[in-house]
Parts: sequence; structure tokens; C-alpha cells
Amino acid sequence: MAFQIPGLARRTLLASSAGLLAAPAVQAQATPIKVGLVAVQTGPQAALGTQLRDGWLLGMRQLNNQLGGRAVETLVIDDELRPDVAVTKVRAALERDRVDFVVGVVFSNILAAIMRPVTEANTFLISTNAGPSTFAGRGCNPFFFTTSYNNDQVHSVMGQAAQDAGYRRVFVMTPNYQAGRDAVAGFKSRFQGTVVDEVYVPLTQLDFSAELAKIASLRPDAIFTFMPGGLGVNLVRQYRQAGLANIPFLSTFTVDEATLPAQGEAALGFFSAASWAPNMDNPQNRRFVTEFEAAYNYVPATYAAQSYDAANLLNAAVRRVGGNLTDKNALRTAIAAADFQSVRGPFRFGTNQYPVQDFWQLQVARRPDGKFQTETVRKVLEANVDPWAAECRMATRI
Amino acid sequence: MSTTLLLVQGLNGLQFGILLFLVAAGLTLVFGVMDFINLAHGVQYMVGAYMGATLAALTGSFWWGLLLTLPATLAFGLLLEFLVFRHLYERDHLSQVLATFGVILFLNQGVKAVFGTAPMQMPLPELLSGGVRVMDGLLYPTYRIAILVAGLAIAGLLWFLVERTRVGMLVRAGASNAPMVSALGVDIRRLFMLVFGFGAMLAGFAGAMAAPILSVEPNMGDNLLILAFVVIVIGGIGSVRGAFIAALLVGLVETLGRSLMPDLMRLFLDPSAARQAGAAMASMLIYVVMASILAFRPAGLFPVRR
Repeated sequence: MAFQIPGLARRTLLASSAGLLAAPAVQAQATPIKVGLVAVQTGPQAALGTQLRDGWLLGMRQLNNQLGGRAVETLVIDDELRPDVAVTKVRAALERDRVDFVVGVVFSNILAAIMRPVTEANTFLISTNAGPSTFAGRGCNPFFFTTSYNNDQVHSVMGQAAQDAGYRRVFVMTPNYQAGRDAVAGFKSRFQGTVVDEVYVPLTQLDFSAELAKIASLRPDAIFTFMPGGLGVNLVRQYRQAGLANIPFLSTFTVDEATLPAQGEAALGFFSAASWAPNMDNPQNRRFVTEFEAAYNYVPATYAAQSYDAANLLNAAVRRVGGNLTDKNALRTAIAAADFQSVRGPFRFGTNQYPVQDFWQLQVARRPDGKFQTETVRKVLEANVDPWAAECRMATRI
Repeated sequence: MSTTLLLVQGLNGLQFGILLFLVAAGLTLVFGVMDFINLAHGVQYMVGAYMGATLAALTGSFWWGLLLTLPATLAFGLLLEFLVFRHLYERDHLSQVLATFGVILFLNQGVKAVFGTAPMQMPLPELLSGGVRVMDGLLYPTYRIAILVAGLAIAGLLWFLVERTRVGMLVRAGASNAPMVSALGVDIRRLFMLVFGFGAMLAGFAGAMAAPILSVEPNMGDNLLILAFVVIVIGGIGSVRGAFIAALLVGLVETLGRSLMPDLMRLFLDPSAARQAGAAMASMLIYVVMASILAFRPAGLFPVRR
């Protein structure tokens, strides 16, 4: 649940009563901007929600807890990975707490659930991880921005990387649900060789020995997989134990900084795809990674980096409108301008308000201090627009 | 599908079956002797995995971690018995289901509060970290062979205990007719405690053994629990021999089903539909098998109570 600290409520009261004595314009500046940060904090996937939350909080700390000069109150909302719970809590944040922005969401099904409540309340929703294709094309919404990516894009990066590397025969394996099937489709959209086999495993699978034996018997040039969370931890460790590591392991969302601590050495040298990696060499990323690790003592993943970018994005946008959030059209233009330095380098929004950005092939490596992270190998796609952007018909004025 | 691949898949199935047996053996004893539905058996497996991982990290050695997990899970099981289960022996099955389900929720959250949600790692022991080449390009990890050997050894030990010792005789008698055993002057409470503790220890041991190959995370025991129940229902409640045969059967059907179903579907459907239909059917297969067996043998393959 979202909590308001009594001290802040008191401060708000004092500020607003002081404002009554002062000029009315000053009163509007004194009330803090409220941001509802929605992330899963309970359940097996809570590690991802924690990353997302910590990235935002670090951004806020570096900005002295202000956006565009105005004080900020962040309400952390735990969606418990249940759409019904998420809708209830977000509605409360919109109606009772009157949040000015809703930021966050790790999982696409939660995003889909809260999209209408938030946008119909004329509040901006900034996704910092979930990027379903539903809202990239015909479902696009002027109140919805995402600082992450479109899911299909990331899978297609791996397909392009496989194509560029000259692999002719690839074995594909994903879980048997919509996101898994989307991953296969995304990979095949750019990979033009032969898919020797497509295997869909149950979401609850623990033991991959049957599939690994199949891989060994087919002897593909590489394998492509999308195995989020615990699935990925098991697969990577068993893949290495079965002696298959000489077959290149191409993946998406399988080996990232959230699962690497459990996968450890088993994941060394495996490939992944993303628009950001902790080792990117630009000033804002170096500052982000060092301060993040100093504050939270673990390596940030894309969830944290994208939230951090959202903080800086909103800071620039609020500054552009001079702290006045009432004119929604002006605010939307300000956000769409994306006038900030992203940790991933060049960043801008496309016509459907999804990012247009570079995508990289990453490889798992061990740092000198013993921790594991993904590192950039080569740029695969430059200034890539997601495949759904052309279908978006968005109103120019809201 | 070549013969070698089929044999390798068979080996995988047997190994999975042995792991299932380790979990199901304790469950069937508790259910059979004490007529107590222990849904919390899955979290005892999980707690065993966490204890194994933590003790291995503390002592720096896999073997010590494994060895110390046995008394640790035994103590934990007895604690649970004393706090929760003891009060439920006289109650009906629904109350037992509700209470043990509550224990599942409590322990899953507890483990998350203590260890966090990210999966924990338990490294393989040096001695068993190699592999055996079973076919071109595939290494069968020595550790999995060790699990097979350990499981068979425990099956042998259980057989010996149940068939050839006095305590085992009491356990068998208790599974057949507990009130009669009590009427004959045996301290049935102590017998229950013994069976329960031993069952908990088996589950914990299975968890610690599985930890290096499967990820140690909250809720890891839940899916295995469902399969364990399928195993004891197929095998016959209270029968360790039944649990052994059924566990191997379930392991083989599950593994071979997963690898062969998509290929089988390809005879009827086009490749893409075959893969998805095959995957769906493979998930259902074990339950279809259970239903078919129960249709002919409602009390399972080796029923204890006539």
C-alpha cells in the first residue's frame, strides 16, 4: 500500500497555509509532485521490482528529490504481480493521493491492467520496463510513454545477431506462454537461417535434461532462448553442466544482472541483447553505475537503468513546463522532447512514444571485483524503430 | 530419434524419478501411517535446499553442508510437528489440508524474508563436478549419477528398515491399521513422531541434493509437491515400494513425454502446431496416466490397506 509519512503531510499543510498568506502562484510551487511508483515487491519476481524501485530512488536522490525544481513525493506501490491488486492500488493513488505521474511496472500484464485507469484520469504513465506491442501500434496512447523498449524488438536483435554471425541452424527454446511465442516470432523476424527445432517448455519446468539431450543430438550452430527468472537460472547451470557450452548460447532476458548472481560462472561467455549494459562508457552511465553500487551493493540491471532514465526524463520535462503540470499538452510535448542525457547514449521517442534507440549484443563477463555483469560486444541495430510504430494513430492534442 | 538419444532420455527420466522418490517416500509414509495429509512436505524439501546451501556456504564444503542438513531438517521437521501437526492428527483431512497449506504460505514468505527472493546458488562438489560422455557432444554430469546412486541407496535402506526391522514392522502395521497397533500397546505417538521426523529428513535431504542442479528459490517445492502426490496416489498410499515404482514411472513418462510428444504430433499436424500441441500434451500426460491407472486400480498399484 502507498503510505504518506506524517511529517510530509505536516509539511504540506504548513506549506499550503503559508502559501495562502503569500501570492497564489507560490502556493502551486510548494505542493510536492506526487509520483506513484508501481513495481512488484513480493513473490519470486520481487528482485526485478526492487531493481526498478532502486533505480528511480537513486535518480531522485541525485536530483535532491526534485523534478524540475519542485519537491517530489514518491509513493511505492507493490502490485504483487496481480492485475486486480495493481488496479485497486493505482486507483487509490490516482483518486485519494492524486498522483501526478505513474511510473514503473515490470510486467506487461500489470501494465495492461492499469493503462486505462491511469490514462483516463489524464495522468501520464511512464513504463520503465514493460513494453508490450499492444500499446506500440494501434493501442498507442498520448498519455503513455516508455523508457524501456518494445519486447519484440529485443528478440529481433538476437535474430539479427545470429544472422550477422552466419549461423545457419539454430535451436529455439522458450516457455509455453504468449511472451515465449512472441520471443520466437521476434527472433525469426530477422533470422533467415533454419530453425532446426522449436521447443516450448512448461513455465514450471525445473529439469531441462531432456531438452539438452535433444540439443546435443541435433548439433545446431547456436541456440536461442528466452527463459526469464528461475527458468533461466536452471537452464544456464544445466546447459553448462551438460558440456554444451561450446554451442553459442544466444538469449534475451535470460542472463541479466538480476539472475547472474545465481548463475555465476555457468553463464560466462553467454550472449544477450539489450539497449544498455553496465559497462557502457559515457559519463552519465559511469556515474549511475558507481553510485548505484555504492548505495545498494549490487550490480544494476536494465530495470534500474530505465527507471533512472525516467527520473531524469521527468526532471527535464517538468523543468521545461516551469513546474506547471496543469497544461497536459505542454507537458506531453515536454516529455516527448526527451531533453536529457540517457545512460544508454542517444535516446529519443518515436511517433508512438516508444524509444528509438541502439541495440547491442552483450556477453556475460566477470568483473575484477568478482561480480558478474553483461558487457557490450557490438552494436547490432542503430536507431531502431519498433515494428509497430507505423500502426499508431495518436491524437496530436489531448 | 536415435537409440542413443532414447537411452539418454530414459536415463534422464530415471534420474528425475529417483529425485521424486526421495520426496514421495516421506510423503507416503506420513500419509499411510498417520493418515495425515501433509501439504507442507514441499516446503520441507525447500527448507532442506536452503539449509544445504547455507550450511555449505558456512562450512565451505558441500559434503559438510549435506551431512549437517540431515539433523537440521530433522530438527525442523520435529519442530513443525510439535507446533502445528501434533494438534491435527485427530482432525479430518480438510483441516489438515488447510493447516498445512497455511504452513506452506508461512514458510515461503519466511524463506523470502530471511534469504531474499533472488535464487541462491549451491556449488557442485569438486569430486562430482565432471561428466561422462554418453553421446556425441553431451556430457552426463557425474553429480546426476550420484543422485541416482544416492536415491537407490536410500531406496535400499528404506526397504531394509521397513521389511527387516522391528520398527519397520510397526510402521507397516500402523499403515494397515493404526488403532489396532495402539491397542496392542505400542506408543503410537512416538511412532508417529519417528515417521514424521524421518519423512521430513528425507525431504530435506532431497532438497539439499537437488540444490546444485535446480535453483534454490522460494516456492521451489510447490510443483514438486504436486508430482509427489501424483506419485503416491499411483503407487498406493503408505507403500514405499509403490512410491518407488510410481516415481520411476512418473519420471520416465514426464521426460520421455516431453521429448517424444512434439515428434508424435508431427504425424498429424504441421510442424508449428505440432510443437505447441506437443508441449501442451506433454504437460497433461502424467495426469492422464494417473487417471488411467486409477480407473483400473483405484487404490493404486500396491495398495496397503485392503
